[in-house]
Order: sequence, then C-alpha cells, then structure tokens
Amino acid sequence: MTTRSSIMDAVRTVSAPARIHPAIGAWLAPAIMLAVLLLAPSVLSDFRIALLGKFLTFAMLALSLNLIWGYAGMLSLGHGVFFGLGGYAMAMYLKLESAGGKLPDFMFWSGLTELPIFWAPFKYAWFAFPMTFIVPAVLAGALGYLVFRSRITGVYFALITQALALIVSILFIGQQAYTGGTNGITNYTTIFGHSLNAPSMQITLYYVSVAALAVAYLLCWWLISSRLGRLLVAMRDDENRVRFSGYDPAVLKTIVFSLSAGIAGVAGALFTPQVGIISPSMMGIVPSIEIAIWVAVGGRGVLLGAILGAIVVNGAKSGLSESFPAVWQYFLGLLFIGAVLLFPAGIMGLFKRENWQRPWWLSTSQVRSTIRGLIPGGRNDRQ
Amino acid sequence: MIGNRQTPPVHAPSRNGSRSQDPRDAILSVEQLTVSFDGLTVLDELDFSVGYGEMRFLIGPNGAGKTTLIDVITGKSKPSRGRVVFDGATDLSRRQEHHMVRLGVGRKFQTPSVYSSLTVHQNLEVMLGFRTRITGLLGRLRRSDDDRIMATLEEVGLQNRARDNAGGLSHGEKQWLEIGMLLVQEPKLLLLDEPVAGMTRRERDRTGELLQSIGGDRSILVVEHDMDFVRQFARTVTVLHLGKVLSEGNMEDVQQDPEVVRAYLGNSRTQRPQAARLNTRREPADPAPVAAD
Amino acid sequence: MEVWALQLFNGLSLSSILLLIALGLSLSFGLMNVINLAHGEFIMIGAYTTYALQQAALRFTGDAQSGITFLIAIPVSFVIAGAAGYLVENALIRFLYRRPLDTLLATWGVVLFLQQWARSIFGAPNVQVVAPSWLGGAVTLSSDLVLPLKRIFILALVTACIGGLYWYMYRSSEGRRMRGVMQNREMASSLGVSTRRVDSFTFALGSGLAGIAGCALTLIGPIGPSLGTFYIVDSFIVVILGGLGQVPGTILAALIIGMLNTLFEFGTTAVVGKVLVFAIVILFLQWRPAGLMRAKGR
Repeated sequence: MTTRSSIMDAVRTVSAPARIHPAIGAWLAPAIMLAVLLLAPSVLSDFRIALLGKFLTFAMLALSLNLIWGYAGMLSLGHGVFFGLGGYAMAMYLKLESAGGKLPDFMFWSGLTELPIFWAPFKYAWFAFPMTFIVPAVLAGALGYLVFRSRITGVYFALITQALALIVSILFIGQQAYTGGTNGITNYTTIFGHSLNAPSMQITLYYVSVAALAVAYLLCWWLISSRLGRLLVAMRDDENRVRFSGYDPAVLKTIVFSLSAGIAGVAGALFTPQVGIISPSMMGIVPSIEIAIWVAVGGRGVLLGAILGAIVVNGAKSGLSESFPAVWQYFLGLLFIGAVLLFPAGIMGLFKRENWQRPWWLSTSQVRSTIRGLIPGGRNDRQ
Repeated sequence: MIGNRQTPPVHAPSRNGSRSQDPRDAILSVEQLTVSFDGLTVLDELDFSVGYGEMRFLIGPNGAGKTTLIDVITGKSKPSRGRVVFDGATDLSRRQEHHMVRLGVGRKFQTPSVYSSLTVHQNLEVMLGFRTRITGLLGRLRRSDDDRIMATLEEVGLQNRARDNAGGLSHGEKQWLEIGMLLVQEPKLLLLDEPVAGMTRRERDRTGELLQSIGGDRSILVVEHDMDFVRQFARTVTVLHLGKVLSEGNMEDVQQDPEVVRAYLGNSRTQRPQAARLNTRREPADPAPVAAD
Repeated sequence: MEVWALQLFNGLSLSSILLLIALGLSLSFGLMNVINLAHGEFIMIGAYTTYALQQAALRFTGDAQSGITFLIAIPVSFVIAGAAGYLVENALIRFLYRRPLDTLLATWGVVLFLQQWARSIFGAPNVQVVAPSWLGGAVTLSSDLVLPLKRIFILALVTACIGGLYWYMYRSSEGRRMRGVMQNREMASSLGVSTRRVDSFTFALGSGLAGIAGCALTLIGPIGPSLGTFYIVDSFIVVILGGLGQVPGTILAALIIGMLNTLFEFGTTAVVGKVLVFAIVILFLQWRPAGLMRAKGR
C-alpha cells in the first residue's frame, strides 16, 4: 500500500512544472539538447539524420500531448489525427506542386476529372502552411468545446478522442478520390522547386525540424510557467475549485487542447516532406495511443521528457521492429504496462532523488501477495 | 420575536433580529426559494437575507437544506422557483458558477479544496486574474498583486509556508489556505461551508479570530455544525429546518426558542443529549455575544 | 416494408452483440471506475477458443460442422475469457484503481501483447469457423424477408446471457454483494463484503461475457487477431451514451447505437454512418452530459 502511494506521490511531484533543479530544468538541459541536435549532422550519416529528423517531428507531437496530458490531465487518444491533418495539408501542397497544374495521379485513377474545390487553394504555400496549424486547431477547438462544456473529463474524454481517431482514419480511407484512400498521399518529389530526395534538402529539413521543435518548446515552456499554466495544473488537481474561482474550465481547456492540436499539426507538416508519405495509418487508434507511451516513458509533466521519450522509444523501435517485428510488439506491450506500473515518472523521474525508493516489485511481501492474488480462493481477499 | 414563526412573513424576509429589512439593504436576499430533487422538497419557499458587512451563521439539523442553499447561491444547483438577489440587483439563481465569483461571491467547500501540486503562493496566484482576459494570464505577476498575495498569506497565518506544496499542509492549514484563496479575490460575500470541521480546538479558535478579523466590510455566511464554535463567535444566527427558516436572532435567544429545541430533539426522546448540548452547556470563556440590535 | 423490417432485424442483431460487449465494460466501470482497453481482446480470446475447439474436433472426429462442438464452445469461451480477465485484473488493474487514465495505457499494453500472441499461435491472416449445419438455414417470412438462423441464434444467446446476468445481479447473494459495493464501497467493505473478491469476480464475469460475444461472432464472419478493435470503439460509445456504470442505460444505448449504425449504413455508407453516429452522441451529451441514465441524488 505504502509503496503504491509513494509511486502516486512521485507522479504528482514530478508532474508539478519546473520542479527539477530550477536552473538545470529551465535552461541547461534544453540548451545541451539543442547543442547535441545542432551538431548531430556533422557526426551522423545522412540516413541517420533523416531518421532523426523524423523522430524530431514525433518529439514535437509528444510535446503537444504532454502539454495537455502532463499538465492539464487531459489524455487525448486522438492526437494522431491532428498530426495527420497537418501532414495531409502539407502533402496536398506538395502534391499539387509536383503535379505541375495537372490533376494529382490518385484522383485521376479514382475517376475525378477536375480538382475538388477544397484542394484548389492548397497550391499556395501562404495558404497551405498556416492551414497545417489551423485545421487541426479548429477541429480540436470545436470538439473540445462541445466536450468540455458538458463537463466530460478523464476517461470519457480519452474514449471520445479515441473514437475520433477511428472515425477520421476510416473517413480518410473511405474517401479515396479526395484523400488517396489507404495509400494516402505520396509520390511528391519537390518543394519550392528543389528535390526532396537530395541530401542537402534532408539536412535543411532536419534543421527546420530542430528550429520548429525549439520554438514549440519555448512556446510550451512560456505557457506552463505563466499563470495560465498554473491554472492547467490547478484544473488537474481540482477542476471544481477552478470553476468556483471565477474561471470557466471549458474555455481554458478548449484553448489549450486547440493549441496542442495545432502544434501536433505543424509536426505532421514537417513529417510529410521528410518521409515522403502521409497516410491514414498515421492517424488511427494504434499510432495515436503510441504517442502517450512516448510521453510516459520520457516523463509526463516535464517538457523535455516528452522529447526524450519520443526519440528513445522510436530509436528502439527502428532498431528492433525491422529485424524482430514480433519481439517489438511484445516489447511495446510490456513497455506500456511497465511505464505505468513501475516507472510512472519516466526517464526524467530517474533524475529525482525521491524516486529512488524501492519499488513494490522488489519487495518480496508485495510480490507474494500479488502471486497469492492470482490464485482463486487465495488468502488475498481482504484489501 | 421568536414566536412569530407560525405565520412566516411573505415579503419582508426578516422582521426578527437581522439588520436587513429591505432587499436593497441586503447583500444577499433569498426570496421564495424552492428547490426539489426528485419530488423531495429541500428548500421550501425560503426567505432569508444577509446584510452588508454582516457575519451570519447558518445552523440546522442534518437535511435542513444548508448546503443546498449555498449550492443555489453559487449556481451549482438550480432552483425550481424563487430568486436569489445579490447586491441589490443581480439574480444569481440562473447563472453559472464562474459568473458568481466574478460578481464577488466566494465559496469555501466543506472538504478543503486546494491545488495540492501547486505551492501555497501559487495557489493564491491562480486566484488572481479571474476577471482579466485569457491573455492577461500569460504575463508576469504584477508587484502589487504579489504584495496582495503576501498580505493575504499573513492574514491567514501562512506567510512562512509560501514556498511549500499545498499538498503537504495539515488539514487546518489547508482550510486557512482556502479561506486565503477566497480573500485574495476580495469578494463582497464569503460563503464558508463548515470552516472548522475536523480542526483541533486551537485551530478552531484561530479560525474564529480570523473570521472576526476579515469581517467588517465583507459579508460572511457561515454554515456550521460545531455548536461550541457557533456560540463562541456567532452574533446573528439563522436556524434552518426542513427547508424553512425556523428561527433567527442572536445565539442566546435562538437557543431558548422552543421550536428550535423541538427541531433538534425530533420527536424521539433518545436524542435528548444533543438538545441538552445545544441549550445548556455554556462555555464560561464565551465572549458575551453582541446583543442583536 | 420488408426492407425496413430486415434492417430492423439487422440492427437488433448488431445491438445484441454490442450489448454483450458493453455490459462487461459498464459493470467494471460502475464498480471500479476503470475502463479496460483490452476488453476487445477477450472477444478475440472467445473467438479463437471456438476456433481451436473446432480444429480439435476436426482432428479427432473429422467433423467440423458438429453442432455439439459449437455448443460446448460457448461455455468454454466464457470460462477461458473470464479466466484471462481474472488474471489481468489481479496482476495489473488492481494496482491502478485510483488512476483510470493509467489503466487505459496499461491495458493497451495487454492489447498489444495478446494480439501478438494470437498472431504467433494462429497466424496473422483471418481464419474461418465453420458454422454448425443446424444453423445453416433461414426463416423465410416472405420473399423479401429472410432471417438467417445464425442471427436468430445470436439474439437468443444474448437474451439468455442478459437473463443470466439479471439473475446473478438481483437474485444471488454474490450479485447482491456486487450491487452493494457499486453503491457504497466503504460501507459494503465495513459490513464484511470482500470488495477485492467482488471486483475480481465482476471483472472476470464481464470478460467472460465478451468471450461469449467472440464465440457468437465466429458465426458472422472470419476472425483475426485484431477482431476486438473492430467492435470495441462502438461499445465504448455505447457505454458513454448509456451512462458509465448504468446497466439499463447500457441496454438502451446498445439498442440505439446498433439501430442507428445499421440505418445510416443502409441509407449512406458504413463510414458516413459511423461519423453521423459519433456526431449524434456528442450532440446528445450536450443535452444530457451524464448519458441516458444517471445516478439520482442531490
């Protein structure tokens, strides 16, 4: 019992913003990370940099989820949708540029004869680029307002966002002519007239990703250290008290959810040109919930944790899943269970002394009672 | 003054004891308020008012409707009939919770609700800015606001705990912190639901002194079960029973009211000790209750 | 007219399956405030249990269509899925009772694990369970209205399960204890009810019902390792609409969702139907945030 509550306490204290040694937490660690990322291209091969560039967009996605889950306590299981929408907005722009005024190939195959109206403005960068933020932010804002207004929180909210992930992904699969169906949008080769496959373009996109991640980090950091950020934590602790303090939680939550979705959208927009494809498989239930494990592994409620978690988990995935796909699935399953049960504070929690207590699974009496609990009619019936 | 309860007044809510005669003179005036849940009438055409600058105690047996009354005043429950006039003009009964707070009604809950992962100082910080736009929440705290926070912490006696996490405070300290959180918003009316529940005797006395010191230009409505506390600090007391005002006046008079005795006794003799407690046990240390004007 | 009657029948059939799945979710939420994302995998376990039994029967008797095997498979699916649920509850969920969001994530780990396990044992491609021959027919009401016996059987099976659940909850002493814990955990506990035991058994019961649903689903189509995910989101919607932890609400919500899905699918496409149902549920929650049924009280 006591160990379990100490785990809970660990989660709670770690989740409080800026509680790692203030100076280190605020400036030193992110600065080191930024330096490492900026220097990486001179050390790593082009292939590795391309991979890392992709991970950075995942890191930004994890950052956006951490903002609402780690701080405000809203677990979205549909963040892949927002990432995907941003990615699609970008892919539409790239596809139209590559098509060079003609109809994109998949539309032609589906029997369309002219460009759908909502596609047309995406040929302009000034329209498409902001849309990568706006479209997901507006969708999240609309859904969020309706949901938060009826005071739906916690598990309900998670399940509703999960339903959103399912619905948007099957919607995109179903509308073959407009979205490219299961295959998604691919076969675009240039951006602003430069080839996307050229190594110099990969490096450029990598630096753009680093810059975008840094901006997103600063934005989130500024937000959570403001009074609005404290209010987010306050809402996680006691939403009713916030309501009785003169704030409308629905409005606050909608704003943050919408902002988070927008950041996820921009991450998707950076993902698309680097990877060369965006498809519904990026936004279904499975990829959406995977984002949560990146955050949990890194350390929820710590901005840097999300970034670290995304890079570490995806690094492990690309190492393992290619050679042993089955092993990776088992590993990922155990990671979900382990990260929640044994290390709720994640990697960042390892840097905090109070988490160095003996966890329950090293205590023999706990293990014994667990095993006893597994036997029907065992003596563990009493609580 | 006491015996007129058989014919409850319809429009003048309080002819007896309370200072307020007219809704315009009262910060809070409850008129013909009826609340029912699933056919059970919890508040029954209740008339009740609190004057400007008054500290009123609301007592009554379980199920009298005390918490429900607070819920309606703060917008948590909606009444079936009647209205709640605040500050002479605004009808509170149809508004949302956060609107009330912006109007100047602060509420302390029965169980202390503070933000346990924030520090004591931050707990007060987030209470400020409730009237500004969202963008106002993004800036830094102004020096004047910070001074106000520190002054409030001193008032509730938590100035030395400003940097500690609120989750680590003792039960009594949490209660004071919550009162401080309300005070920093400078409300016109404070609603305190059992502020001394679960407190030690010393904490209770300090809370009483705190309430007396924060009175004055603020109106305070206290719901309380602890009769010793009420006797010690209450000036004007309203007894609620079965959704109606049973008696109102200064503590001494209310204790003598046969209606009140009967309500606390019920019809059964087994509850006599409770009645005895209400009526007879007086603490010698009591400050003489201020005679009702 | 016949077309509509057929749609109604199809809707009812879908509703009944959703109900069987959602009941377990709803019970364990009402009791323990947790939602188990791996609930769909208990469906899969039930379905593969049926498949395995049939394969075994095929090997020993050479007769895949034997009705006996299928009838045996129903209680066996219930027991095996229930045992799996018991295991998951005891090894994992009981440590997470006060952390509902973490329970979602941890049980997702179970999802990944079980799906991969099924893939390793039975292979990734879908497999087909041969329906017993006595369920091959159909009831012909008119030339346009032919009701397959399989679907009628499923309806009867679900009705029997609901009846059994009703008996368990309202007529047995175990069920009385369960309702007691649902209403007031502390009080029940201090009156000597072992809440731990009630929690595990209720969870196992819900998982077992999902197992029966899996067994029934083998009659409708091929089964695969990710069978559960196909139905699980719909049943979450049912549970949310019904009001979490409310059994009568769950029944009503399952009926509504099943009917709406079938009707919209018939009028438009399956995808648009799902989008519409989702939108309707969100809008409904604006009006009644707690779902169809809510616990009454002050």
